[in-house]
Amino acid sequence: MSSIERRQFDTLIIGAGGGGLRASLQLAEADLSVAVVSKVFPTRSHTVAAQGGMNAALANVLPDNWHWHMFDTVKGSDYLGDQDAIEYMCRAAPKAVYELEHFGVPFSRLDNGKIYQRAFGGQSQNFGGDQAARTCAAADRTGHAILHSLYQQNIRAKTHFFDEYFAVDLLKDGEGRVLGALVFNIHDGQIVIIEAKTTLIATGGAGQLFKTTTNALINTGDGLGMAMRAGIPLQDMEFFQFHPTGIAGRGMLITEGARGEGGYLVNGDGERLMERYAPKAKDLASRDVVSRAISIEIKEGRGCGPKKDHVLLKLDHLGEDVIQKRLPGIRQTCITFLGLDPAESPIPVFPTAHYTMGGIPTNRYGQVVVPVKDTPEEPVAGLYAAGECACVSVHGGNRLGGNSLLDILVFGRAAANHIIEYLKENKYHKVIDEDIVSNAVQRAKRFDLNSEPSPGGDEVKETVAVLRKELKQVMEDHCSVFRDKQFLIEGVDKVEQLCDRMKNVKIDDQSYTFNTAKVEAFELENLMACALATIHSALAREESRGAHSRIDFPDRDDKSWMRHSLYSFENGLDYKPVRTKPLSVESFPPKPRVY
Amino acid sequence: MNSKSIIETKTNYRWQCRRGMLELDLLLNNFVDKKVDSLDEKQIQSFDMLLSYPDQALLDLLLGNSVSSDSEISKLVSQIRSTPLS
Ligand SMILES: Cc1cc2nc3c(=O)[nH]c(=O)nc-3n(C[C@H](O)[C@H](O)[C@H](O)COP(=O)(O)OP(=O)(O)OC[C@H]3O[C@@H](n4cnc5c(N)ncnc54)[C@H](O)[C@@H]3O)c2cc1C
Repeated sequence: MSSIERRQFDTLIIGAGGGGLRASLQLAEADLSVAVVSKVFPTRSHTVAAQGGMNAALANVLPDNWHWHMFDTVKGSDYLGDQDAIEYMCRAAPKAVYELEHFGVPFSRLDNGKIYQRAFGGQSQNFGGDQAARTCAAADRTGHAILHSLYQQNIRAKTHFFDEYFAVDLLKDGEGRVLGALVFNIHDGQIVIIEAKTTLIATGGAGQLFKTTTNALINTGDGLGMAMRAGIPLQDMEFFQFHPTGIAGRGMLITEGARGEGGYLVNGDGERLMERYAPKAKDLASRDVVSRAISIEIKEGRGCGPKKDHVLLKLDHLGEDVIQKRLPGIRQTCITFLGLDPAESPIPVFPTAHYTMGGIPTNRYGQVVVPVKDTPEEPVAGLYAAGECACVSVHGGNRLGGNSLLDILVFGRAAANHIIEYLKENKYHKVIDEDIVSNAVQRAKRFDLNSEPSPGGDEVKETVAVLRKELKQVMEDHCSVFRDKQFLIEGVDKVEQLCDRMKNVKIDDQSYTFNTAKVEAFELENLMACALATIHSALAREESRGAHSRIDFPDRDDKSWMRHSLYSFENGLDYKPVRTKPLSVESFPPKPRVY
Repeated sequence: MNSKSIIETKTNYRWQCRRGMLELDLLLNNFVDKKVDSLDEKQIQSFDMLLSYPDQALLDLLLGNSVSSDSEISKLVSQIRSTPLS
């Protein structure tokens, strides 16, 4: 054991996206020693992909206030969001924007010098009245600007980075305290035990669960898998947002702006389908409504193409000038990936996995909370989560565009502030038992080929590539936009079989340099955990709410189901109440969600 | 390249081509799978240089929204863009 490197920090942060870097900056500026581990170079984190922007009621373009923002977020969540956390986030939003400005994010400006704000879906003035304009953006590269500014600030504040290190598992003692994590260097395979008084998980989402996704390959839900293996349940995993217009078969996002400019969807009969589903809002109805409409058309045989497996987004009637001027990015994306110019031909699109609403349960201080006996939310000592991997829950059943960048910044900072207080009371490192370390090291070798052949001779060997492909297909077939009991039961069965087969995965490549095969095996294992939680929670929830649509239970059922799901390896499903009481204002009681 | 260094280069590249955007993942990995073995020393240098760019700059180049002033990079970008996606 002596050869294993050990390092000590006040705080270990796993993940260097916007959530992780906002937290690390706050901690480093408070003169704490903070380590940030990231499997890719920090500025390659997925936050870089966010183009649309970040919500805050600044009222620079149209009247606005945080209370209206709160109402929209509660309604958007289909009343599954926790109203204390939502109030906290909406109140904190303007400050989060001004802080970013101070860190160097070049927000787009109005002529009067104030920060420009654009209108996004689900935003209203006056509790459901006229459209609001609440989204602040740095041109079409907001995520990039945020990530780079935060990274530079962290370098200045002397945050310690472990770039291209992969976190495998949390280290947990017999009393349930989290004491750090086992990580390894992707370049040379060297294991490092990072001991920390507090650990924050900020590993982002799990879009790679589905065959068609807008998410990059790195979004494999690693933190969610780590949490589950540490006995922590995952919350509301059945709520996965599908964006209606991803490029069919490939997934790249075609922004809502395309429909905003006058684009519309047609089915295999050449019919403008949204007129039937949303006569008023048509193609600009909310994301879940449009995604469901496309799925119904395809399921009922009115898809396009030889396999009738997509619909078409028509833009050509707008004319080349409009497309070139207002949607240049989309045009280039289509030419590059489809070899077609949307000024001439329609774009094949399909609802595409986009955002993980569920995740590791936390309170509004970022503390990870689990049910213990009669208490539904008991903090796990030393463990925090923030960002897309966490479920605070501000998005509930459906996230509003522009609320995720806000979420990661507000709760990254809140978690750091709580950690600072916690460390005042918990000044010393707990001694980690050698057993805990040696078990973790042993477990980190779980995909290595045994040097001794198994006694039975040739056991079945599974490969990561095959299992990953099958898993993504199963999730897409059985647990995407539309769900029903029979399909979900079959899906659960298939996912469980895949999890069993995962046990037979062995990696041929035993080298230590850039052993990406090993990384991919750990990632797949994490995806499997997410898949189990997602599909079991989806089967159990017999209602339709937000992004979770059951054909067999088409209505929302507040009496039985206004509660959060919790799924763990140990106990299967459990539930806890939604926090309907805000911090200072009246609750918003559930109402039918019409736009 | 000899076969060992090809494998090492490929796995190294595979990680460097894991980026924050799906568009980059697809274009870069496709290129590594199909073309990296046939690159000469100079092209390898250009590819290393390209991979050191920030994601947003890389996206602008690979989608044709901007053009590099370095002719070697610019040639490589055309090669990546013209490698058929599987
Ligand atoms: C195409 C697209 C466009 C979007 N546009 C918007 C938008 O306009 N507005 C908005 O509000 N939201 C948007 N979103 C959502 C938003 O971008 C994300 O939810 C958010 O950026 C997530 O940030 P994060 O900090 O939680 O995680 P990420 O940015 O995903 O970072 C995760 C970090 O964890 C690290 N990590 C993961 N696993 C491990 C491991 N095992 N070991 C070590 N490190 C690990 C990664 O290296 C990375 O550093 C968009 C999403 C997509 C896909």
